[in-house]
Amino acid sequence: MKEKGFRRDCLGIPYALFLVCFVAAPLLVILYYAFTNGQGQFTLQNLIGFFTSPNTVGTLVYSLAIAVATTLVCLLIGYPVAYLLARSKMKHKTVIVLLFVMPMWINFTLRITALKEVLTLLEGNLAFHPFLNTIIGMTYDFLPFMILPMYTTLLKLDGTLLEAAADLGATPFSVFWKVTIPLSMPGIVSGVVMVFLPSMTNYVVLDMLCNSTYIMGSLIGSYFSAYDWNNGSMIALVLLVIILVFTLYTNRYDTQETGRGGALLS
Amino acid sequence: MRTDTQKGEFAMQQTNDNIIELRNITKTFEDGFEAVKDFNLTVKRGEFVTFLGPSGCGKTTTLRMIAGFDTPSQGQILLNGKEIENLPPNKRPINTVFQRYALFPHLNVYDNIAFGLKLKKLPKSEINKKVNKALEMVDLEGFEERKIATLSGGQQQRIAIARALVNEPEILLLDEPLGALDLKMRKEMQLELKNMHEKLGITFIYVTHDQEEALTMSDKIVVMSEGQTQQVGTPEDIYNEPKNAFVADFIGESNIFGGIMTGDKLVRFCGADFKCLDEVEQGTMIDAVVRPEDIVITEPQKGMITGKVISQVFKGVHYEITVMSGKNEIVIQTTKKAKVGEQVGLVIEPDGIHVMLAEHTLNKIESGFDTNGSLSFMDGRLGINITSILPGIRKEEEGLYVDSHGDEIDISKLKVTISIRPNDIQMSDDKEAGQLQGHIINLIYKGDHYSYVVRTVDDFDIIVDDEDLWNMDDFVSLILDEQKMQFTLKK
Repeated sequence: MKEKGFRRDCLGIPYALFLVCFVAAPLLVILYYAFTNGQGQFTLQNLIGFFTSPNTVGTLVYSLAIAVATTLVCLLIGYPVAYLLARSKMKHKTVIVLLFVMPMWINFTLRITALKEVLTLLEGNLAFHPFLNTIIGMTYDFLPFMILPMYTTLLKLDGTLLEAAADLGATPFSVFWKVTIPLSMPGIVSGVVMVFLPSMTNYVVLDMLCNSTYIMGSLIGSYFSAYDWNNGSMIALVLLVIILVFTLYTNRYDTQETGRGGALLS
Repeated sequence: MRTDTQKGEFAMQQTNDNIIELRNITKTFEDGFEAVKDFNLTVKRGEFVTFLGPSGCGKTTTLRMIAGFDTPSQGQILLNGKEIENLPPNKRPINTVFQRYALFPHLNVYDNIAFGLKLKKLPKSEINKKVNKALEMVDLEGFEERKIATLSGGQQQRIAIARALVNEPEILLLDEPLGALDLKMRKEMQLELKNMHEKLGITFIYVTHDQEEALTMSDKIVVMSEGQTQQVGTPEDIYNEPKNAFVADFIGESNIFGGIMTGDKLVRFCGADFKCLDEVEQGTMIDAVVRPEDIVITEPQKGMITGKVISQVFKGVHYEITVMSGKNEIVIQTTKKAKVGEQVGLVIEPDGIHVMLAEHTLNKIESGFDTNGSLSFMDGRLGINITSILPGIRKEEEGLYVDSHGDEIDISKLKVTISIRPNDIQMSDDKEAGQLQGHIINLIYKGDHYSYVVRTVDDFDIIVDDEDLWNMDDFVSLILDEQKMQFTLKK
């Protein structure tokens, strides 16, 4: 082996190439377009334009509102479900978990189209409640991503800790509030990340349910289809930074928690 | 603090002294497993009581019922004379130290210990004082801010004890708290716990499978096996006067020999007569327990029995020597060396012999008859018919039997006890060889043979004597000698 000059690092070359071609290069291109004008000259106009145009800022706020609302609704529905599934002694638990996960196996467009029909049947005209419908659509779509991580964390939760809390005088409510919730934090955080980020940018739901382009993802799309690559890139870049900050923040919390949990197991 | 007036009120004293009382406690789990059967116990205030037994004997389940994590299927638990069996754990003045500590990983040391106090809504300064005192007690001052994951097993253990004791419970329950520690640490903690118990005066109920731990720490030991109490007594009682072969075998090393009383305080085992201190009627079958340290090796002509040394192992303080005398294997602990192959004499003083009434000398199985008149035990596979048990009975027609006087007999109401001696049953690993199959659930060495308990697939416990060594949980087939079976009818 040695004489052929093979080293283990060589195995990394394909991945490095992949990263350069499909991650680093596109990012550089976006960066280039975001900070140049149509003639290829450096400018900050796109950045200033983003934060001064009521259209882009409005869309950003609206997207954030949708993402926050969706995440909250998913959390409120998802936690009790995950808790019941993980902590109760009911039989056929896995079947029920599967039922919640199964919609993920069905084609996304098909699901949303079906939902659209159902909502139209209920509301008559979807245009009356665009915000509500978007939340319903996104919740329907992302709920499994919220349930699964919380379910796995709650499943691993050591039952003797709950007994210990009760033993020390905690009522069932305080056991839940002081032990179960803090210990399921890693699951909650990953669930929130998994739902918040895609609901910030996903525009298919909105597009299909309300024919609206009033969300970040579709805004970028509309700029690019109008051949305004510079402004489109800047929106993408701003979004990237927001997501990066959010991820870094939650990640730090997440690893801290699982780190403690992991050390407990060892 | 007993005053003279209190001494006079005897009945009052009784209820005051017993902090907790378990009456006829039975616990059957949802899957039908009976973990605890008809368990009775009284614990005095301030006592250190240990539940001792092999894993699966129901000791932890009993503890969990006292703590309130499990409710008994039957029976009562009285705390200071009041029934508490339906009270949730948070309403009982009892705290637990868990086997794997169960410290909260999301809280630091201080918050772990303060958990119970904060729930009681005590003022901050008082919580602070109590937590500091608790940390001082377990010798971990300055650890307040530490994360649980950064502590060693021994430190976690101490925090767990501090967390329980800081609430000043009336009873402290400890579920094998030292099981995860290494030997040296365990010995240290044993003494520390004992000291804490003496200093605090709180009632301790301790669960362990380690007999040495139980003997070292307890005021009272409850030896348990298969959900039932085998013996309750002081460590000395349990060690010196074991009630049955199980206790003798479980507590410390012991030689158990099957034998018979041959005269007044005279017992015969290993082919010789020995003087003993126990008065048992002549002719009674007994089990004699002799502790390895109570046997003295001398020259062959001076010994009460003789034998050949077959092995010698150095154990630090003493040698463990195995002597074969006839068919009996005898284990001896002595500080003197012996030579393997050497012929030696053995002397056992009367106070070294403990005589127990032999139990399990007969297997008794209750059964009835099916409509064909066959014994319904084992679905009639035994092939024994009512006509061979009840003399004079005739079969008139299907399901109708008539006795010698011509009276009709309802055979479905007849009950019969099948008795067979343990040595009339053979074990085989050929599944087809015997009438019954089952797993070995218990074995005790009795000098020249092993006494096994086999639990059959139909859930009968059968005692079998066999010279060969089988392993626990072996699946064996039992060959019952039908000629040696005895049948007694009950009406």
